[in-house]
Amino acid sequence: MIAVLLIAIPLVSGLLTFFIRDEKTARFASFAATLISLVLAIGAVTVFKGSPQLAWDSAWLPALGSRFTVSLDGMGLLLILLTAVAFPLILLATWQTKYPKAGNFHALMLLSQAGLMGVFMATDALLFYFFWELALIPAYFLCSIWGGEKRIAVTFKFFIYTFVGSLFMLIGIIFLYFQTPDQSFALQSFYKLNLNSDTQSWIFWLFFLAFAIKMPLFPFHTWQPDAYEQAPTATTMVLSGIMVKMGVFGLIRWLAPIVPNGFWSWGDAAAFLAMFGMIYASLLAMMQDDIKRLIAYSSIAHIGLMTLGVFSTTDAGMQGVMIQLFSHGVNIIGMWIVAEIIERKTGTRKISELGGLARQAPVLTILLVVIALANVALPLTNAFVGEFLMFTGVFTSNVSQYNYIYTAVAGVSIILSAVYTLNMIQKVFFGNTSTAAAKLTGLSGNEVLALSLIVGLILVFGVYPQPMLDLTSDTVQSVLGRMITKHP
Amino acid sequence: MSTIFQWAWLVPVLPLAGFLINGLFRNQLSKTLTSIVGCGVILAAFVISLLLFNEVRGGQTATVQLFNFISVGKLSIPFAFQIDSLSSLFLLIITGIGFLIHVYSTSYMHEETDAHFARYFAYLNLFVFSMLLLVLGANFVIMFIGWEGVGLCSYLLIGYWFKNNDYTNAAKKAFIMNRIGDLGFLLAVFWMINQFGTVTYSEVFAKVEGVPVMILTGITLLLFVGATGKSAQIPLYTWLPDAMAGPTPVSALIHAATMVTAGVYMIARSHVMFSAAPITMNVIAVIGIATALLAGTIALYQNDIKKVLAYSTVSQLGLMFLALGVGAFTTGVFHVMTHAFFKALLFLGAGSVIHAMGGEQDITKMGGLAKKIPVTYFTFLLGVLAIIGVPGFSGFVSKDEILMAAYHHNKIYFWLGILAAILTAVYMLRLLALTFFGGFRGTHDQEHHLHESPKAMTIPLIVLAILSVVGGLVQFPHLFGGHPYLNEFLAPAVKAAPEAEASATVEYMLLGGTVIGLVLIFVLARKNFAVKEFDGTYAGLRKVLADKWYVDELYETIILKPLRWFNKNVVAFLEKEVIDWLVNGVGKMVQLGSRQLRLVQSGQVGSYVLLMVVSILVFFVIQFVFKK
Repeated sequence: MIAVLLIAIPLVSGLLTFFIRDEKTARFASFAATLISLVLAIGAVTVFKGSPQLAWDSAWLPALGSRFTVSLDGMGLLLILLTAVAFPLILLATWQTKYPKAGNFHALMLLSQAGLMGVFMATDALLFYFFWELALIPAYFLCSIWGGEKRIAVTFKFFIYTFVGSLFMLIGIIFLYFQTPDQSFALQSFYKLNLNSDTQSWIFWLFFLAFAIKMPLFPFHTWQPDAYEQAPTATTMVLSGIMVKMGVFGLIRWLAPIVPNGFWSWGDAAAFLAMFGMIYASLLAMMQDDIKRLIAYSSIAHIGLMTLGVFSTTDAGMQGVMIQLFSHGVNIIGMWIVAEIIERKTGTRKISELGGLARQAPVLTILLVVIALANVALPLTNAFVGEFLMFTGVFTSNVSQYNYIYTAVAGVSIILSAVYTLNMIQKVFFGNTSTAAAKLTGLSGNEVLALSLIVGLILVFGVYPQPMLDLTSDTVQSVLGRMITKHP
Repeated sequence: MSTIFQWAWLVPVLPLAGFLINGLFRNQLSKTLTSIVGCGVILAAFVISLLLFNEVRGGQTATVQLFNFISVGKLSIPFAFQIDSLSSLFLLIITGIGFLIHVYSTSYMHEETDAHFARYFAYLNLFVFSMLLLVLGANFVIMFIGWEGVGLCSYLLIGYWFKNNDYTNAAKKAFIMNRIGDLGFLLAVFWMINQFGTVTYSEVFAKVEGVPVMILTGITLLLFVGATGKSAQIPLYTWLPDAMAGPTPVSALIHAATMVTAGVYMIARSHVMFSAAPITMNVIAVIGIATALLAGTIALYQNDIKKVLAYSTVSQLGLMFLALGVGAFTTGVFHVMTHAFFKALLFLGAGSVIHAMGGEQDITKMGGLAKKIPVTYFTFLLGVLAIIGVPGFSGFVSKDEILMAAYHHNKIYFWLGILAAILTAVYMLRLLALTFFGGFRGTHDQEHHLHESPKAMTIPLIVLAILSVVGGLVQFPHLFGGHPYLNEFLAPAVKAAPEAEASATVEYMLLGGTVIGLVLIFVLARKNFAVKEFDGTYAGLRKVLADKWYVDELYETIILKPLRWFNKNVVAFLEKEVIDWLVNGVGKMVQLGSRQLRLVQSGQVGSYVLLMVVSILVFFVIQFVFKK
């Protein structure tokens, strides 16, 4: 029941919010709704893990063989928790931002949250597809209505990209559906399929394209920096903090265990793209003058490492990906919050026009530095644990003969991330105060609170990550187990 | 297990608490309170370290498990501390010298505002915390946490005066060069996990036997790459001289006494692996001696008092690596200890000089300071005598041991080591003479302003001076009635170099040569540098040395410039032109195809597809609601 509530609360409250005209009421209502989801999600992770409360099965489209089945394992819980934590944080951090037609804005945000919740718990392929689109469609509207100057062109690009990907996935799902003996969309039926290698290969690409575009993986990434730059910051946070994880999640839940042979035979291609993309994106990040674009490229590099981790198909690599799914979400939202504060208060997000913010806003500087250190995966921040495990997984993996090369080349991004992150800190926060920077004075309570919470999460899971690793070990074991038993 | 071991976690946690208190309440605390907290936690950590040291001396060691840091599949990385002779010795050095430098800082940094003063002490405490983690860790991952932690604190403290762009550039450079080394360290850790399935010291070292030499060579070389970053060896040493942008006590603590010796600690700690990899050992020895000579030559013509000391540090670190490379691990550790005494002393002395000169660091504008600031002069003199290796002083004993070890390993290393020692004597005596002898070359204002530093600064100088003089007693050569107490103490953790047999002749030769050489250099230095007028500009080869062999320029030309060119012309081109062009091409094809659709349904492709998806979704929802 809790599982269904986690979807129903944002869905219903989202639909209701459409009817709220008053800006303030809409804001409070959506914040309250996300807080209820947060409480539920925390309850689900702490009290109800493994209980039948977290599963639900009912008829939906019997004619098509699709049922409304959801259930939450470790990875699902982790991402539910991320979704539930992220939304109130985002609303809190952007409390001062005034949107025209605020009711619609908040309604769409909540609908998107409902979609995300559904994606992470659906165990029926058609239902999964439904939620996948439910999460994305509000994002298109959010970008195209509340975005920046170039919003229409950028949203169109974003839409075409992701929609083409989704269509490929839909074709894949329908094909798999016809392969099942009982004509079912159930994940378990898909898991039982034993397809020959050729079929696995092209099924792999159908799904992989959808996920690769969503993550995004080089060279399917060009929609991403534009979309992150043009979307309203709150939406950018949702896109980069959570929606990106749909792709990685998809690889682990809907691809690796279903077509392990396709997964392994194309593993090197995917890993090469990921590795190349990491360096490529890091080099691009070094060149950016716009803080938002810098964060966007930095994120592509981080996602590349997650891809490598997934394709290592090792305990360590997968566990690293799991913990990084959460850490990356929290950390990048932190980065966006800082970017948003800077832009809103100084009127620019050009690195070259800023400088000396440390004198203007020491508290913001301290919080940003901690978040930035997590971005470069310094030990005792949450990102270190994930990156360390992913690299360990890639290095110790025996599915590819190039694993040492992947580790060494991808490892260079560790250096590059320090280069562009420290450069940004230096140019924006240190040095003499620029005219633009002088406009920034003090932070409001909600901003300090949101950033402090993020810093808290960074440090807590950086020092004591084991509970989170324990949470997802069941998923990792079952995915790896399924892959191996199916194709010894 | 003795109960004191159960309190070992307090040693790093106390400085961490100091960091939190000074950091969080920097706007509330007065300078006095900040000082009490900042110094107090280090003193307390020092006292516990002494107790631990005492236990270890009694033959006890312990591994203290705190909690499970990362446990995945078969890999288990506990957050655990290992207290044995090696770590307890480093604890004493870090907290002991750390405490003296904290006390010194209370006076040196007194002109800062309250909040910045507290920020300074917070960083300093955080540094000590990280450094303690580095040496206390019972596995390579905990060591790495400290390893990167000290790098971070170094970054924060070099850029402490963050308004100055040169300083923040230096800070950034230090962090990035360290990161290059850290990648080597990390890759070594991954390789160890792959090979041994563990990162815990005792488990790794127990499994070394039987592992192919190739693998051990690879792992140790990667670890050494890490060491070249942190300990400023070729090719990653250029950040250290720039790091002098930080406040002088920071240079003393981080960039002389403790952090930069982390590489030596790491190799001594993993000597079991290194001993089994002869190629790596040779590489270490060669890099070590090459760095010692390169930095020594540069130091000859530097005019900034801190730069001379910085290159001197790089050079001395090179000698430590020479010792490690020839297998004399305890000797390397011994030189870490004596170097910590005299180099901390020299840096703090330099700070006192800079303080007296009102911020001036150029030694060509000093001179004749001996009489004006006698305590600083006298202690500085003792530090110089120690570092140049006047017989009996601590520096002589440890350097003598390095040279003896080199002699028994390879005569070329020995002679090159002698050369490095001569360079040390020359640049240090030049520094001493230019600063303290001859006539004053500064402005009239500066001369008027000259004054001895307050007690909070001079007392640490005196304590360090005493240590610099007598520090060698822990390992005085057998020949002169000494006893290798330090080797004996370290024996359970680190094996000493095999005792050389026919060393007496060489030892006497070395002693005689040292005395004659030093007297000669001293006379020359007095003649050339104890002067009233001094021109600090150079030409020819001297200019090459004064300009640091143009290594920074070389890196700029062969690495940074090509990288920028590549970024601008290749990567940016690929992103803006090629990939977008491909994408637009696909887009055009879609539009072309959509022309057919437009015949059926007028309107944009986008809205058409959107409408389709929305209607499908609505259909699904209706289905769900009605079937329930």
